[in-house]
Amino acid sequence: MIFLTRKAEFSSAHFYWVDDWPEEENLKVFGKCANRNGHGHNYTVEVTVAGEVDPVSGFVVDLKQLKDILEHEVIRVYDHRHLNLEVPEFRANIPTTENIAIAIWNRLVDRIPNARLHRVRVYEMPDLFADFYGEQE
Amino acid sequence: MKAYLSRRYHFSASHRLNSPAYAEQRNREVYGKCNNPHGHGHNYTVEVTVSGKVDPVTGMVCNLADLDAFAQKNLLERFDHTNLNELECFAYRVSTTENLSIEVHRIFADFPGAHLERVHIEETSNNSFDYAGGGPKLR
Repeated sequence: MIFLTRKAEFSSAHFYWVDDWPEEENLKVFGKCANRNGHGHNYTVEVTVAGEVDPVSGFVVDLKQLKDILEHEVIRVYDHRHLNLEVPEFRANIPTTENIAIAIWNRLVDRIPNARLHRVRVYEMPDLFADFYGEQE
Repeated sequence: MKAYLSRRYHFSASHRLNSPAYAEQRNREVYGKCNNPHGHGHNYTVEVTVSGKVDPVTGMVCNLADLDAFAQKNLLERFDHTNLNELECFAYRVSTTENLSIEVHRIFADFPGAHLERVHIEETSNNSFDYAGGGPKLR
């Protein structure tokens, strides 16, 4: 079993807000992330797939294909967008780093040929990142 | 949905590797330049990984502000710009980054907001250490 990781970057705006809470509660829990005008990050996503090395090609997965899937399913949708306002999965879910990792997992999990998605890691900034391994509990 | 959240913190400290169990010559052999009697220093990076269910309302494993406040009080204020050998936790232990990882793990195990998975400490860009618990209690 080999693990292969591909990185990509996207730059997006977001904010944290729970509509059912009064403004003061949102400000208390989310601090400056609750600014309704939004703020932004340069995100880095690392997608790790696991599989066996093909004896002929020497690949776990065709890297170009993985790059194209990541570009088509994630980067094209997230890059230079406002996550809350323009990406459907964040209309009802706050685009925290944790939820972005889960959302990217859901976008990729059934789309990688010949390999199993192992981990999605999303860096909001170099000192903060979230990992999702598909664990439901 | 279980997710893992990792946060990196930075502090600078001095230390000297010297074991009271060894004679002077032996300490020099084992620890090399780290045994310099005057000490030396590093910019340490501590990466703390916590895990838990993502709260369906907030979208968070834990509130980052709580983790940062905990780290500020219990890690940075205690270790930053200190001589590690002078701290109580290294009174009877060599201030290697292995032992530092165990001590930092002990500290974050008390963080009430999420489950501590792992502590990863980079002493330099070429040396890093991981501790995920499970070792013998040091005290």
